[in-house]
Amino acid sequence: MMRRKKEEISAEERLYVASQWQLMGRKFKKHKLAIFGGVVLGIFYLVAIFCEFFSPQDIYKGYTQYIYCPPQRIRFFDEKGFHFRSFVYGFKRTRDPKSLRRIYTEDKTKKYPIYLFVRGDKYKLWNLFEADIHLFGVKEGVMFLFGTDKLGRDLFSRDLYAARISLSIGLVGVAISFILGSILGGISGYYGGVADMIIQRITEFLLCIPTIPLWMGLSAALPPEWSPIKVYFGIIIILSLRGWCGLARVVRGKLLELREEDFAMAAKIAGATDEMIITRHLLPSVLSYLIVNLTLAIPWMILGETSLSFLGLGLRAPIVSWGVLLKNAQNVRTVTMHPWLLIPGLFVIIVVLTFNFLGDGLRDAADPYK
Amino acid sequence: MIITLLVVSVVAFLIIQLPPGDFMTSYIVQLQAGGEQVQEEQVAALRKQYGLDLPIYLQYFKWAWDMLHGDFGRAFSWNRPVSELIAERLPLTVVISLFALIFTYVMAIPIGIYSATHQYSIADYTFTVVGFAGLATPNFLFALILMFLFYRYFGLSVGGLFSPQYLRAGWSIDKFIDMLKHLPVPIIVIGTAGTAGLIRVMRGCLLDELRKQYVITARAKGVSERTLIFKYPVRIALNPIISTIGWTLPIIVSGETITAIVLNLPTVGPLLFGALLSQDMYLAGSTIMLLSFLTVIGTLISDILLVWMDPRIRYEKREES
Repeated sequence: MMRRKKEEISAEERLYVASQWQLMGRKFKKHKLAIFGGVVLGIFYLVAIFCEFFSPQDIYKGYTQYIYCPPQRIRFFDEKGFHFRSFVYGFKRTRDPKSLRRIYTEDKTKKYPIYLFVRGDKYKLWNLFEADIHLFGVKEGVMFLFGTDKLGRDLFSRDLYAARISLSIGLVGVAISFILGSILGGISGYYGGVADMIIQRITEFLLCIPTIPLWMGLSAALPPEWSPIKVYFGIIIILSLRGWCGLARVVRGKLLELREEDFAMAAKIAGATDEMIITRHLLPSVLSYLIVNLTLAIPWMILGETSLSFLGLGLRAPIVSWGVLLKNAQNVRTVTMHPWLLIPGLFVIIVVLTFNFLGDGLRDAADPYK
Repeated sequence: MIITLLVVSVVAFLIIQLPPGDFMTSYIVQLQAGGEQVQEEQVAALRKQYGLDLPIYLQYFKWAWDMLHGDFGRAFSWNRPVSELIAERLPLTVVISLFALIFTYVMAIPIGIYSATHQYSIADYTFTVVGFAGLATPNFLFALILMFLFYRYFGLSVGGLFSPQYLRAGWSIDKFIDMLKHLPVPIIVIGTAGTAGLIRVMRGCLLDELRKQYVITARAKGVSERTLIFKYPVRIALNPIISTIGWTLPIIVSGETITAIVLNLPTVGPLLFGALLSQDMYLAGSTIMLLSFLTVIGTLISDILLVWMDPRIRYEKREES
């Protein structure tokens, strides 16, 4: 009986009975760019989580014969025609007689086929499980899809490991900002008064200081003898010191608005306590806006970390992030000679763009009644 | 306003005090590396001279007091007064930031108007994508890519603000023209960062405005489309744009800092960078503080502008009081 009834409800009626979250989901699905952004980000995070498995090589292993070696192309065709198993060509290294610069040319006699699930360098997944299976790789010879750096290390693998650091910085930083922002914004929005005044002044102050100089100053103050992990968290804290401001403002503004709404008044008249009103009625209404703001705050964190590390004030060498990798491309001469050093920058742009697309779609969806 | 500036100065001072050791420690290391013998008394005398032996809060008051009198202390690493160093570079910083700000507005407002009046057209989508790309590209990367492209395809080196022959020359018309030639790259790099956001704001506000009844009424009465759009909706949509100077300015100043480091411009950015690396406390602190001061003052000017442009705000305030 019940089931039949459900089927009889028309599409229009379903719109009326749909919960707010269902409406949001429906609206979000219409935003194609946001869906696309979400999918791309999903792939990025998946690769970042299992970067040991996806990267073909150990990121600290330097190939001294292959310093600043250009990217190899994955090929399916050779002089004999199409091959189902893709392969890369080896390199012949010569030196320019005048400038003594290394010149790498493709050596078509050397062919290294690429295998899936190949055994290669040993690694420890998440520092827990030892393994040596990589998604793809070559059994003999070398494969540098994004070239190598000045120590002959495989940049493709390094980019994947860097993704883990860069992407996680955004998430952890936003988590800290979220806690700070919702607590402080909540206090100033719901209670108002002196607390509101003080918190408002602090956010205003932090928002009008130019970020990069402030971040530079703070991160230069991190003691040089700190371990990389400590520096990593130090940088995150520095980034979220400012990140929470925007969030606190949103929470405060929304709470001020909602506090006066009929449903909050109704709850109060019905005898609900402050705590119940906040947790049961106000927070769920603010949550969608919070999620939007968090999504849009992540790319700023990632950009901040990249900029700082690029300047050499952020994360430091054994840790690899996209910013740390870009540090190698600091001047025009290196970039002109080895343009592939800029590839991590491309990743940064893609990630920031897709986060913005996703956030845009979420923002439209957060207000489903509009 | 005054309180904000005061807090800025405290923060700037704290940043400088955070790293363990002070400048003397690195200075002594530097001297010893140079093979010089450093006497204990000598160090103590130097510390006393620079006031490094005082407790921290006294150091702060001394610093703030001197600053009020135009004395920003001495840049150890340059062995010159901080005020001199900053005075050399600050005008260029302000000029570049101003140009970048103007560039942002000149780009964003027309594009925003166009996107709003031609919503969902191909051009609208193109601007959106390009704008987002500008937003997503870190300043320094954009600067690097532009430098790379210029170098690769035109054989030009776009770093710096002056050609080598004018570097040490005094100001002349030739030098000025030379500077103008170097300006576009940094201005484009710095300006694009804020443009995307502004286009979105402008487009959104104008779209809201265009849906209002007075627009429909005016259209029904036969007002030409151009007058219709520019006379009222655009003017109203401009208000939020002006009020966003408050957050556009910090973006531009921080963009300027990092871009200047990459492009090696003779502005405050590289000065701050160098000072931080060598722990030159007075220089770094004063630079951060002046940059923040400028931003705060810029924000104040934007508030005044807003009241001037939109009389409704003034009236509302008067009613409150």
